[in-house]
Amino acid sequence: MALEIAKTVDAKGLSCPMPIVKTAQAIKDVPSGALLEVLSTDAGSTRDFAAWAKSTGNELVEQTVDGGVYRFVLRKK
Amino acid sequence: MTQTIDHPVDIAGRSVDQVPEVFPEHTHEPPAPRDVLLICYSGELEKTWATMILASTSAAMGVKTRVFVTFWGLQLFVKDSKRITGQNWMQKMMSFMQRPGISHRKLSKMNFLGMGPWMMFKLAKQHNVASPKELLEAAQLMGVEFIPCQMTMDMFGLTRDDLIDGMGEPVGAATVIGLMSEGSAPLFI
Repeated sequence: MALEIAKTVDAKGLSCPMPIVKTAQAIKDVPSGALLEVLSTDAGSTRDFAAWAKSTGNELVEQTVDGGVYRFVLRKK
Repeated sequence: MTQTIDHPVDIAGRSVDQVPEVFPEHTHEPPAPRDVLLICYSGELEKTWATMILASTSAAMGVKTRVFVTFWGLQLFVKDSKRITGQNWMQKMMSFMQRPGISHRKLSKMNFLGMGPWMMFKLAKQHNVASPKELLEAAQLMGVEFIPCQMTMDMFGLTRDDLIDGMGEPVGAATVIGLMSEGSAPLFI
């Protein structure tokens, strides 16, 4: 099932904490219920995005890895 | 090839199942976040970095974040363009001996007359680590409150005009203790 992505954050190459910081800034531009996609190469991301989603109440819908690029799909609460 | 992962893996594909539980399992609603109160006391480069990383991350996670800026920490909130600050010769001498501003921080170890910080910034750039200044700007955009210590300002002869824009009203230790006693999670850096 293809998900309708409202906005993509390209955080590839960025180190902690910039993927999270950029995500927090970008999710403001997305309407409630819409999906935000984040691409990251930071190995700490898998844990960080789970923690971020729990803390902010946004939902981590999908999490994949492809050739060292992590992809997170988040649904804005 | 794209693979869907139920369990998070690290970059080498090893399972990192042991994700520490940040919040208790039984609740799906995030708990009301505690406020975070960082106390930025030291002016060194590495501690400045730590303060800015934690402040920006905390705000990004939707936690109300305040940074009380005191003693040497206030030096990094003086505008980069200021060189000599203070009213009397001792205060001026202090600023002469250690250049204020977030872009002029020294390392507590291996400073080597500026070689250390130069290499640190070079390494940070290679690894795409945001500089303290960039993190400070992000933190301010996300609403982190940076609150200067009035006593330190008086002692070093610093004025509101010496400090970067967007700083909060100067306060004293009672405000800090008040916030802690109301439940702000404090961290002294």
